[in-house]
Parts: sequence; structure tokens; C-alpha cells
Amino acid sequence: MIPLTPPLLARLAALIVVGVVVQTAMISQLPIAGANADLAPLLVMAVGLLCGSLAGGAFGFGVGLFVDDVLLQQLGVSSLVLLGVGYGAGRIREARDPEGTFVPLAVGAVATLIFSVGFSLMQFLLGVDAPVSWALVRDTLTTLVINTLIALPVYAVVRRWLLPSLPDDPRRRRRRAYTTGGLSPLSRS
Amino acid sequence: MYDKTVRRRRAVLGLLVACSLILLTAYFGESGGGMLHGVQRGTSEIVSPIQDGASRVLKPVRDLFGWFGDTLSAKGDLKDVRAERDRLRSELLAEQSAEREVQQLRSMVELDGALGLKDYAPETGRVIAQSPTVWYATIRVNKGSDDGVRKGNPVINEEALIGTVTETFSGSSQVTLITDTTSHVSALAFSGRRGSVFGVVSAASAGSPNDLVLEFAAPSARLNPGDRVVTRGTAEDSDRLPSLFPPGLAIGEITRIDNAGTDTQEVHLRPFADMQKLNFVRILTRPEGPAK
Repeated sequence: MIPLTPPLLARLAALIVVGVVVQTAMISQLPIAGANADLAPLLVMAVGLLCGSLAGGAFGFGVGLFVDDVLLQQLGVSSLVLLGVGYGAGRIREARDPEGTFVPLAVGAVATLIFSVGFSLMQFLLGVDAPVSWALVRDTLTTLVINTLIALPVYAVVRRWLLPSLPDDPRRRRRRAYTTGGLSPLSRS
Repeated sequence: MYDKTVRRRRAVLGLLVACSLILLTAYFGESGGGMLHGVQRGTSEIVSPIQDGASRVLKPVRDLFGWFGDTLSAKGDLKDVRAERDRLRSELLAEQSAEREVQQLRSMVELDGALGLKDYAPETGRVIAQSPTVWYATIRVNKGSDDGVRKGNPVINEEALIGTVTETFSGSSQVTLITDTTSHVSALAFSGRRGSVFGVVSAASAGSPNDLVLEFAAPSARLNPGDRVVTRGTAEDSDRLPSLFPPGLAIGEITRIDNAGTDTQEVHLRPFADMQKLNFVRILTRPEGPAK
């Protein structure tokens, strides 16, 4: 498990603020085929994959809380769903330690799907008076496709931003294991 | 050691889930002036200037992406626009003769003092943020209570009504669009020479920025696709409950009528305003019109 050091926490907090501001001030105003990208599940997925379940869950909770707060939405809904997304992505890292280049793409797609469906279910449970329409399904699918396409670049940006504060980046660990023939230089002796 | 780590992880997860549920329940149960709503307003007050700055900085990037999108859709639009032009030409002729009649009637019933838009003290604002989820059709505008904006003020763009101010801060305000599932606008549908029909315009469903429904329209009313829908304003006999909207603001055009003439009739309309391309909006800070 990656320790949540003050520098890492500071970078995660900055990522929440910048991510939400960029989402609301730019990306939400760029409709593509009637829908728009949603950075929140992708950011949470990336942090989960890079930092593990604890940091992923906490980051998801923080992003959700900030999104609901800034947009004057029902508090707690995004927090709850993104908490699950971050925790799940973190567990994938801890249990499987996936190596494939396209892992963030697949996990990003699943994270977006879980977030969209989870958020919709919560809205229905809270009694929002809206039918399940074809427009809603189409919108969810379009966002899913867009998010899948941008999952890799978002993951790369988040990884680059968090790298200086990550003691145990998966890629660095694997590269080290490959070049030294073991999990760490100590294992050679 | 492993057990301790797992226990800690699960404890934190449980704690965060509990926090989310407590927040959800408390927020859902409290009134608009409650503590959590106050915290939310405080956060928005702080973040709004940041959003405003970010919106200005990121505008060139938005414009670049918008240009690509507009270029792709322009070709498809051209055909529709030509058809629309031909239809409008023929309509114009009919309107011109109707206009003459209206002028005569106005002078007869002394309605020459009809309100112009400037009587509603419009305040022009720029859209600085938009909700990313289809469940909340809201935007943030960089005009707030310091500029005279109040809760309930109607918001229009250059084409038609787009929504209502639902929250104000000192330098910004939250606008709930008419495509939000919580929005309802009393309206009149003009059915040519057959008169007008009362109804309430609501969102057809979440995530449908181009589809509204006119509820409570009498099944016997003879509405047709192409009929225009405008705000009703305050009815003469209901001064105690004044409408938030001045009369006559354009809303949209009827596109289709499902189960016409029956109790399950559903009148669909397309809003005149493109809710996905809002840049500048006008907030009517004096919706009741000039002081009498």
C-alpha cells in the first residue's frame, strides 16, 4: 500500500481542484455528438491504478464531494459512486498489478460505465422525476465512448503529475525488476 | 502485518461510505437554508472567480474544438436552413398581413404600451461553467447579486428563454435550464388562427436538450407541429401568484404530438435556444416589468 505522504496529498488535492475546474469551465461546454467527456471517473481511475485502493477510494470521495459542492448538486451521490470506482481501480492494481499498456483504457471504460449507471440509479432512488429515455441511454453510451478514447492520455497526465511523489510506481518497479532480474536490487545478492 | 493493512483499508472504506450516506441523508432532508446548503454556497462563492478565470483562459481551446465541430455540422445544416428559409418566406407574407391586423387591434384596445425587452432590465452575462452530468441541466453565469440578479429571474439568450436563476452569489449565479427535470414554465401554444392553448413546459427526460413537453394542454386543443410556444406570464385573475416569466418570451416550436386528442396526449417541442452552445445570456433582473 502506498503511504499517503504530505506531498502526495498536496498533489492529489491540486488534481481535484484543477480537474473539476477544467471539467466545468471547458470540457462540459464542448459537446461531442450531443454529450461530453466526464473527467471525474477517469481521474479517479488513474489515481486508483497508480496509488492503490485506499488513496483511490479517498480521492474518489474527495472528487465527488467537490463536484457536488461546486455544482450545487445533491451532496453525497458523486462521493459514494466515485468512492467505489476509486476503490475498485485500486484493488485491481493491488490484486492483479496489470502490465498492459491498454489497461487504463479498459479500466477507464468500466469506471465511466459504473459511474454513469451508479449515478443514474442514485438519482432514481432519490426520486428524480425522469423516465429512462433513449436520449439518456444514448448520452451515457456517447460519454462512455469519448471517455474510453481519452482514458490513456488522462492516465498519462495524472501519472506524470503524481510520479515525483510516488515511491512505488508500477512501471518503475517492473522496469527495475526487468533490468536487475528481481523485484529489487537486494534480491540479486 | 497484512491483516492490519487489510483491516485499515476496510475501515477507511467503511468510514467514507458512512460519510457519503450521512451527507446524502442530511442534505436530502434539510431545507434550502440548512448548514450543508450554506457550505455549498460558500464553496461556490470561492470557486466561481476561479471558474471565471479558467473559462476566459480556456476559451481559445474551447473555440478551437467548437470550430471543428461547427465545420462538420455546417454542411448538414445548410440543407435544413434552406428549407427553413423557404418556409419562413411564405410565413412572412402571412405574418405581414397579420401584423397589420394586430396594429389595428392594438390601437383599438390601447395596448400600445407593450413592453420592450429593456423594460425588464436585462443584464448580460457570460457562461463560465456547465454541469457535466445529464441529470443536472445547469450553467454558471458571471453575474450575481452585486449586479442585481435575484433568485427566480428568467434567463434568455439571443433566441429564446433558456432557464431561471436558482442560486445567486456575489459575482455569479446558478441557472437551471428549462431542459432540467425540475424546471416547469407556464406557457401558451399559438395555434394559428385557432387561438392559444395553455400548458406547462417541462423537460421530456433527463439528457434531452432538444426535447421538451407541453403538459396539461387540453386534448381537445388543435395543436400542430410547427406551432410556436411562448411564456404565458401572469394570468389576469391570479395576481396573488405572479409568474416568474414575462409574457411572450419565445420557448420553442412543436415538433410532434403523440396520441393526439386523447388523455395521454404528449406534445413535444424543440426549444429555440441551443442549450449545448450557450456562451452569452441575458438575465431579466426586473421580470415584472417597469414600476407602475
